[in-house]
Amino acid sequence: MTARSGTRAAGRRLAVLGAGVMGTGIAALAVGHGVAVALADPDRRRLDGARARIGHQLRTARLMGALPQDTEEGALRTGPSLAALVAADGADLTAVVEAVTEDPGAKAKALAEVSALLAPGTLVVSNTSSIPIDELALATARPEDLVGTHFMNPPCLIRTVEVVRGARTGAATLDALRDLLAALRREPVVVADAPGFVTSRILHPMINDAVRVVAAGTASAEAVDRLMQGCLGHPTGPLRTADLIGLDNLADSLWVLHGRTGEERCRPSGLLLEMVRAGHLGRKSGRGFYAYDHTYEDEFECEGEQA
Amino acid sequence: MTTSSDRPVPDHVGDPGAVETDLLRFLGKRTGRIWTADADVFGSGGLSSLFAMELVVHLERTYGIAVRGSDLRMDNFRTARRMAALVGRLRGAAGDGAGA
Repeated sequence: MTARSGTRAAGRRLAVLGAGVMGTGIAALAVGHGVAVALADPDRRRLDGARARIGHQLRTARLMGALPQDTEEGALRTGPSLAALVAADGADLTAVVEAVTEDPGAKAKALAEVSALLAPGTLVVSNTSSIPIDELALATARPEDLVGTHFMNPPCLIRTVEVVRGARTGAATLDALRDLLAALRREPVVVADAPGFVTSRILHPMINDAVRVVAAGTASAEAVDRLMQGCLGHPTGPLRTADLIGLDNLADSLWVLHGRTGEERCRPSGLLLEMVRAGHLGRKSGRGFYAYDHTYEDEFECEGEQA
Repeated sequence: MTTSSDRPVPDHVGDPGAVETDLLRFLGKRTGRIWTADADVFGSGGLSSLFAMELVVHLERTYGIAVRGSDLRMDNFRTARRMAALVGRLRGAAGDGAGA
């Protein structure tokens, strides 16, 4: 295990694939710790909004005192693909974090591209809430370079990171990830590979049950959350957590669990799927089990963004 | 960049007491409970800290201010009174550069 220090970020450069909620969240965490970030997403609109969303997350983290005060922010560069970013600035990367949508096919495609572009031995991280790393490893040319993370949202505010060691993950890869997480002041908990790993395997079926309780008319979303908070010590309540995860991501993750465990409890509930179809995706769309004043898509002033 | 000049600003905005009253009304509406000016809105039984950034954005949009640097810390947003004081100070600072 490597020594920890908050001052080892200088000179590091991280590529992040996917400018969704988690991609921008991980990019914000890195930028806020002085790590340069190259953020890739083929969706022009999402990429255009990424700088503002990252700025908003950095402001939130500063407000909470969650970023080192004496660290200059890392530069942020955005582009339509990893190939474009490598063509512009070179392939000298500390690591690539794949944070594209929670779909095995989309992740496999992204990982295949990474394999083709980067030198062997470059740390490749798949950020996923539920897809087994061994399954994703099939898409890469060098499975020993691949390791999984499951960052919680928002990454800047949650210190603990679930780290997933695949059957073929190399020891050097795991060490490199520990080193990177130390520079980002995150605390890894390393677990073995499995559908949903630990946190999603436990939390997501529980949230699914909470949605079923609401659909059955047993209690309102607010009442469910208040009971889980007040009686059982859950920090935010399962349905507010669902809004934060994103109901579409939650449904995707439940399908992954359902397909790989065969448990009916993991089949996304009707109400959840209905809300996703209606575009009520939670906090990021402004409405889920709760209504929000504004969404991640809103424009925010990007304080301190020098990139 | 927040384009504060495009946003309507309440007439009585120069009065910190009125800002405090507005904030208490806003908090009441958003949380469904009544707050006093010096209650810690993030204290025990209070709001999730995730709501703090909503408060910052609300203040910036409503009063045409920009909260930055060392002002961007939870302590400034703990109570309606502190928030009103911050609004008053930043509006005063912004006024220095007005008319450009």
